[in-house]
Amino acid sequence: MDRLSRLFQEKQQDILNIYFTAGYPNLQDTETIIHSLEKSGVDLIEIGMPYSDPMADGPTIQESGDAALANGMTLEILFDQITAVRKKSDVPLIMMGYFNQMMQYGELRFLKKCKEVGVDGLILPDLPLEVYETEYKALFEEMGLHIIFLITPQTPDARIHKIDSLSSPFIYMVSNAAITGAKVGISDTQISYFERIQKMGLQNPRLIGFGISNYKTYRTACDYSSGAIIGSAFIKALKDAGNLEERIEDFVSSVKGTALHATNTTD
Amino acid sequence: MTYEVNPNGFYGEFGGAYIPEMLFPNIEELRQKYLDFMYDSAFQKEFQQLLKDYVGRPSPLYLAKRLSKHYNTNIYLKREDLNHTGAHKINNTIGQILMAQRLGKKRIIAETGAGQHGVATATVCALMGLECIVYMGAVDIERQAPNVSRMKMLGAKVVPANSGSKTLKDATNEAIRDWINHPNDTHYIIGSVVGPHPYPDMVARFQAVISEEMKWQLNEQTGRENPDIIIACVGGGSNAAGAFYHYLKDTDVRLVAVEAAGMGIHSGESAATSVLGTKGIIHGSRTLLMQTEDGQIIEPYSLSAGLDYPGIGPLHAHLIDTKRAEAVSITDAEALEAAFFLSKQEGIIPALESAHAFAALDKIKFSNQDVIVINLSGRGDKDLGTYIKYLDQYG
Ligand SMILES: Cc1ncc(COP(=O)(O)O)c(C=O)c1O
Repeated sequence: MDRLSRLFQEKQQDILNIYFTAGYPNLQDTETIIHSLEKSGVDLIEIGMPYSDPMADGPTIQESGDAALANGMTLEILFDQITAVRKKSDVPLIMMGYFNQMMQYGELRFLKKCKEVGVDGLILPDLPLEVYETEYKALFEEMGLHIIFLITPQTPDARIHKIDSLSSPFIYMVSNAAITGAKVGISDTQISYFERIQKMGLQNPRLIGFGISNYKTYRTACDYSSGAIIGSAFIKALKDAGNLEERIEDFVSSVKGTALHATNTTD
Repeated sequence: MTYEVNPNGFYGEFGGAYIPEMLFPNIEELRQKYLDFMYDSAFQKEFQQLLKDYVGRPSPLYLAKRLSKHYNTNIYLKREDLNHTGAHKINNTIGQILMAQRLGKKRIIAETGAGQHGVATATVCALMGLECIVYMGAVDIERQAPNVSRMKMLGAKVVPANSGSKTLKDATNEAIRDWINHPNDTHYIIGSVVGPHPYPDMVARFQAVISEEMKWQLNEQTGRENPDIIIACVGGGSNAAGAFYHYLKDTDVRLVAVEAAGMGIHSGESAATSVLGTKGIIHGSRTLLMQTEDGQIIEPYSLSAGLDYPGIGPLHAHLIDTKRAEAVSITDAEALEAAFFLSKQEGIIPALESAHAFAALDKIKFSNQDVIVINLSGRGDKDLGTYIKYLDQYG
């Protein structure tokens, strides 16, 4: 069984998925970030392929992407870094990026390379469900790569069921009508959306992302799903001064509530 | 060969809707309804009435005698510069505001480069009493200042886009993000034949009034509906799409799409997508765009804000790919020269974008028998600041 499927088989609660932009803050930080996240007890890591025009992302992720590109990050460099990571780590890894990046690399070549370096799944927010199903599904299956689709509060029920049949081994549940990093806190409307989805009897577990930033929002997400995805808040934490590994450990323990001060964090 | 969009939104291999799931409900609603709305008789009546009484259509087709004499041919100008607000952009915004009303939307967003689309959107929002937010690159806010003031006077909020090259591409990104954040009450009025399906087709249909009028106007003036050549500038390609639309199947009509070469096609400061572009995805559409090997979109350059875009609409990618249209690239200097020349020859100060179309006369072959229509997409008032800087050089 592959790393990603195994994770979801072994763990159904409190899964913590952290997103970071590869090449930020420095070109060569990928290995350090992944190892520190794993050491801190993060279950799943989403590696952002920096993109010039990330239309589903907010300013934090966009700026980190611009910085990463200015640092010289390319897909070739990233694949090499992941190869190096895999010599020491078995943590599940997902790559997140835009469809044009895969297209320009060559779709087949890109998927082969992902498999070869040890990527377990992909999130491509602008690859539509229908295009995936008709043009790429067979290829993903042949390569043994997962693809994870998003649902939002506006996604119609029938479409959610369709997404449920194509996404694996989880569904990325966008917490709100928003780009990444937009809002703080979780509202009652969001809770009722979480509950609505919970009652749909989907085959896939859900992870809730967008606007999850701290202990409190992480816990709320966990109450209504199998776990949470944090991106912008983590990238902001990487900006702070000090030792990178320590900052990462501090951030993760504050989110998980394992740090001494974490239970007092209420914002 | 067909030049019509297929049900999935493709012109040949170009087009489609490569959008994040967050945009799916809005785009899908538009896709299902746009044709029914547009060809509903009450819609058409209101649309035609506004084009006539508010925009001032039909726009004249004018035989430019001195220009014709200079080039020893027959040049007609389709005077979109005489429309209310000064460019073709209003044809589309009138159509889309009626669409937005029927969709029950209360809040309108738009992107703008030269500010003409922003002004045209702010105008129709004022007309209908709807809230209007226009995204505009910080660089463009600077170089098209009069249009920024016009939008504000019309009651719109102008929001600067500060990412990337701070121009049209980035303003479009910001507008898309706004739409993701406001999925229920907002309609996005895209200003060109770009973006995900059904936008390219919808905008082309609203702009098609240009060639619809050209047919009968030419017939009136020359005794035949078809010119030999139609020339139009291409940023995203909406004025060109409108000028070509009813002639797409008439292969005896040469279609010339003029793009901006900035400081020179290979200078590194250019927006000549047909030469520098490769197949990829920009703003939800599979088309030709300027990008690196890694698929990162390259920041374009043109002195003209309306042509400073790293892609072209999927219809134009298809027309160029199938050789139905020929592409011509014009530098800043050539466009400036053409703008000053037209001003003195015909007493018409063109928009800097439209000036590119006139400069193409020096690049293409034609005979003294030919009938050439140049789509004069807009007037030059907004560019006066730029023109003043070059008065000594070209004046
Ligand atoms: C006068 C004028 N012409 C042309 C354009 C380019 O747009 P399009 O290629 O969509 O016609 C613009 C855009 O701002 C414009 O203002």
